[in-house]
Amino acid sequence: MSDVKLPLYGEMADPTPKISVRGLDFFYGDHQALFSNDIDIAPNRVTAVIGPSGCGKSTHLRVYNRIFELYREQRVKGAVLLNGENIFAPTVKLLDLRRRVGMIFQKPTPFPMSVFENVAYGIRLHYAVSKSELDGRVEEALKGAALWEEVRDLLNRPGTALSGGQQQRLCIARAIAVEPEVLLMDEPTSAIDPIATAKIEELVEGLKGKYTIVIVTHNMQQAARISDFTAFFFKGYIIEFGATKQIFTNPHNKKTEEYITGRFG
Amino acid sequence: MKKADNARRRETLDIAMRVVSGAASLIGIFFLGWILWTVARQGLAAFNIDFFTELPAPPGVEGGGLANAIAGTAIITLLATLMGVPLGLFTGVYLSEFGKSTRFGGMVRFTMNITMGVPSIIVGLFVYTLLVLPFKHFSAYAGAVALAIIMLPVVARTTEDMLNLVPNALRESALAIGMPRWRMIIAILFRAARSGLLTGILLAVARVSGETAPLLFTAMSSPYWMKGLAEPTANLTVTIFNYAMSPFDDWKQLAWGASLFIMATVLGVNILARTLLRERTK
Repeated sequence: MSDVKLPLYGEMADPTPKISVRGLDFFYGDHQALFSNDIDIAPNRVTAVIGPSGCGKSTHLRVYNRIFELYREQRVKGAVLLNGENIFAPTVKLLDLRRRVGMIFQKPTPFPMSVFENVAYGIRLHYAVSKSELDGRVEEALKGAALWEEVRDLLNRPGTALSGGQQQRLCIARAIAVEPEVLLMDEPTSAIDPIATAKIEELVEGLKGKYTIVIVTHNMQQAARISDFTAFFFKGYIIEFGATKQIFTNPHNKKTEEYITGRFG
Repeated sequence: MKKADNARRRETLDIAMRVVSGAASLIGIFFLGWILWTVARQGLAAFNIDFFTELPAPPGVEGGGLANAIAGTAIITLLATLMGVPLGLFTGVYLSEFGKSTRFGGMVRFTMNITMGVPSIIVGLFVYTLLVLPFKHFSAYAGAVALAIIMLPVVARTTEDMLNLVPNALRESALAIGMPRWRMIIAILFRAARSGLLTGILLAVARVSGETAPLLFTAMSSPYWMKGLAEPTANLTVTIFNYAMSPFDDWKQLAWGASLFIMATVLGVNILARTLLRERTK
């Protein structure tokens, strides 16, 4: 365990962490990318992960839903507890873990199927629902992603026919359709225009009442605007973690200060 | 002064290079055009209703057609496709999704590349010893197996290449909603790469529909309608081989007709494949 002090949420959140990471190391083959990461993610809040390129932000996030396991050369050491249960425990069902911990990627990745099917696919995968129930859930998910009004007449069009920002919201709808507890967002706005970005930020604001959100971002204004807590990563270490306000106004660490004032990164 | 000389030399070289490569292309096109023209001219003369509906006539008897060979080729190719395509498809899936960086995957990929270069007559002889000698007769089955073996590496490698073109982000986003891997492959990857996969299959079909050597030792030929898949079976390529060597003018004529028929079919399949591929890249 490292000597980074985990802050208390105080009045800011339910004191029981949604996700607790303890002593997390990550390896790409022989190359170590994360070093004894410790962090507690507050339930129903937005936690931003910031830091310079290549510091391990995305790598860290990709452990939470074990998506890195697609690549055989990548492996971890340490523990990630979701609601107190280690996600690497043999009793944890991988597919159910991924249902509970959804993910939004940097580039929008609609499936090669219709808008409706993009959302319905995951629902059918995890729940036995009737046709009318399915329609209702798809509508609900699209409303949850603030996309329904724009696509209600385009449900049979291919998902790839939507604009970039709409595609990203379609991916959010696809993720929330399977009723996750956590949403991981890996630089969700870095590939879309400013207006679409503003829409997604607004959406994240609205979603946090229902979901625990962890967002990796390169954009410090974005982190300051939408997050409650911020973790600063540097060279695979979590250098500083605390309330966003404190990190941006009164950082304790010199590296954090240098980064947020734009002196490097 | 020296500089100017150098520039002139380069210009001359440039022109020489253009002339040589242009001429090489022209020579290639010339022979290809010659073949196409000859086959089309001679073959068209053989086309009539009888060609597509009648059995071959015995030597000396006027008329007759290649209906049995057309049917035989169609059936053997279809059978080969049914065997070779699923095998090739799943081998390609293994290479791209599971065995990418494994030693076994490398071995499979290497074997596929080698198999692609094996002369088809060797495949024919192999199947001959495996499926013809023990049963003591030629059969459509044996012919189809030989063609399937030729198709397998073509389909496997195009499948691998096409699946490799699908971005990893799409794989990850499918897995991220809790989709099992097999389902991600069939529902998402196959769909994303569908026109590329279909193109690979069509090109493999086109490739084997012109093969003669593997059928010579396996399906052989027959002057009759096929009675079953375990019988020697008439097919277009072996018919061309036999009839073109015969001393009878009307048989030679039929061989030209068969050549044109195969050529037109392969051309049609290629155009279809290209159209599909163009749609994909759009």
